[in-house]
Amino acid sequence: MSLVELRNVSKIYHLGGEEIRALDDVSLDIEGGEFISIIGPSGSGKSTLMHILGCLDSPTRGTIQLDGTMIHNASTKELAGIRNRKIGFVFQFFNLLPKLTVLQNVELPMVYSGISSGDRKTRAMEALKMVDLENRSKHRPMQLSGGQQQRVAIARALVNSPKIVFADEPTGNLDSHTGEAILELFRRLSQEGRTIALVTHDPEIAAVTPRRIEIRDGKIAKQVDAKLAGLDRKIPETAPAN
Amino acid sequence: MDLWNAIVIGFKEIWSHKFRSILTMLGIILGVSSLVAMSALVKGMENGMKEALVAIGGLEKVRVEQQDIPLYQRHLEDQAIGSTIHDVYALQRSAPLIKLVTPEMRVMPGGGWGGGGTLITHGIKSVRDRVQLVGTWPSAIEMNQHVIEHGRMFNEVDDDNAWNVCVIGTGIRDQLFGSPEEVGHEIIPLGDYINVNNQPFRIIGMFQRYESEQDRKLRELERDMPKVTQTGPERRRGWGGSGRGGPNSWVYSWKNATIYIPLNTMWIKFRSGGYGSNSIPDPRLSSLYVKVADIDLLEPALQQAKNVMMHTHKGIEDFAFQTQENWSESITTSIRNARMSGGFISAISLLVGGIGIMNIMLASITERIREIGIRKAIGATFADVFVQILIESLVIAVLGGFAGIAASYGLVHLLTVMSPTENTPVITVDSLVLAFIFSGFVGILAGLFPAFKAARLDPIQALRYE
Repeated sequence: MSLVELRNVSKIYHLGGEEIRALDDVSLDIEGGEFISIIGPSGSGKSTLMHILGCLDSPTRGTIQLDGTMIHNASTKELAGIRNRKIGFVFQFFNLLPKLTVLQNVELPMVYSGISSGDRKTRAMEALKMVDLENRSKHRPMQLSGGQQQRVAIARALVNSPKIVFADEPTGNLDSHTGEAILELFRRLSQEGRTIALVTHDPEIAAVTPRRIEIRDGKIAKQVDAKLAGLDRKIPETAPAN
Repeated sequence: MDLWNAIVIGFKEIWSHKFRSILTMLGIILGVSSLVAMSALVKGMENGMKEALVAIGGLEKVRVEQQDIPLYQRHLEDQAIGSTIHDVYALQRSAPLIKLVTPEMRVMPGGGWGGGGTLITHGIKSVRDRVQLVGTWPSAIEMNQHVIEHGRMFNEVDDDNAWNVCVIGTGIRDQLFGSPEEVGHEIIPLGDYINVNNQPFRIIGMFQRYESEQDRKLRELERDMPKVTQTGPERRRGWGGSGRGGPNSWVYSWKNATIYIPLNTMWIKFRSGGYGSNSIPDPRLSSLYVKVADIDLLEPALQQAKNVMMHTHKGIEDFAFQTQENWSESITTSIRNARMSGGFISAISLLVGGIGIMNIMLASITERIREIGIRKAIGATFADVFVQILIESLVIAVLGGFAGIAASYGLVHLLTVMSPTENTPVITVDSLVLAFIFSGFVGILAGLFPAFKAARLDPIQALRYE
């Protein structure tokens, strides 16, 4: 059984009597440890797909299985619990809470899973170490550069050891040099065995991942698996930008 | 999310918007302090109303007075001997619900309230009316809430020997020797002799000056201020109508005009004349007072006293009880009314404070839609967000409640300074607790809607919100 199994998933919105199929009969499997990208132009339905995969939204039709649990008809409370324990999010605009310190931001998901404050601190520091920011733990997000903020967000996404991490245009708000470093970080995390899904409109970024899923008009238009095709792209080595 | 975290976040939110939070709290501060101050004022008023009732002996003191024999017992009239000292002994022995029994004998049987025919002189000064010349037991001190300030009360020895000793109130002193205001210093006439109906009595004790709190404050205020000189010919301005003391000032002037002499002295020296020299003096008491042990058991105690006295009176009901229940009830009613109207106004101002909190909380969650979206995306449930916003609202209200309690002390102080002769407002613990609980309640009530609104936010929409 795959980590994620989508079967005939549709998401239909009604806008003033008009039916909009944001997702139209999508079926998809993601294996544990895969590094994939979901690409498509804006309005293609890739965000909707990510929201449904990320348990932020429920499909109109179809079934979804995540890590052995059927989530397509879970309650909002159950979805919140799944988001908390099994899913990590990295956003384009970092979405850190400006009033909290870096450490507190990373601790936040554990606050909602009821972990004691001592354990929270140690685990948050471990996660910060993973992204090389343990010496910035007392800073506020605004005191950090964009790349550093995004790494804090990645640490926050990883801190509860999720089954899968969704990164929504993670480099969209960074310069290309810093963006490369973030992608390199994702690659490293993938090599450590984590399941990561990049959502992007940029084919160049998508090229980093072995498997690419192209969404167009709510349907999977094309799937490329570089591993199978032997077209694995080599990313040039770059120093992490600060 | 645990509660402690929510409280910490609440404090942080307040701290990051200090000015706004203080403005919001102001509504609660005003509401709480006005509630506490209002209740303190009413409490002061209640104390003022009750002090006269306490001064005449309290609700526990019941007077047993003579009454005409009921019609169906008229044929037994010659057997009705009235209340005597035997009733006192019987009540002491057989009525355990009665704490204290004190007999009273006045100059003429049925002499009336003023103790008619009493003339008290000292030198050329005399007092005729408004004298409470009473022969009684030493326990009258406790019964009538008297306090001996100078000298002593007469005791059993004085009573057994029927000595001519007396204890006087300051009102008598003022008229026979001069009041401190006129003389300039206080005269303590211990050891002096006064003539009571032409018999010399030695003064062995004097009570303290009885006055209401308002009178005392007024007097102290006048003492510190230059005297207003009276225009026109010099004249006395009379007893009443001096515009002080309120409706119950008669209690104090009545109490200050007391002269106590031993019961036996009264009986032998003043009761023997009227009925011929050979007869024994009239043994009837003018009245007797009983004090019940427990005010909650007033009715059983009176029933007990009645049973005992029916026995000693051979079944003839020539006595009746007189309590202060009506007075006490009227105090209770007016206090309840004052408390109701005051509480209503304070409650409205607290409610307005609550609306202020709700308004700010709504503004606050609109500002923080993105934060709420982030929190929900990483796993906050409906309940987590709901509790967080509710706690923030509660924290504002509780902080306001604390500040309001502090402010209420200032407010009460201000009220005291503004009207120094009024009864001192008394801040009660009850009112503090009530105001505090009420502010917390308002905080929760005001937070409910914003918390619901925030918790219901869709994370996707919230994350897109700019």
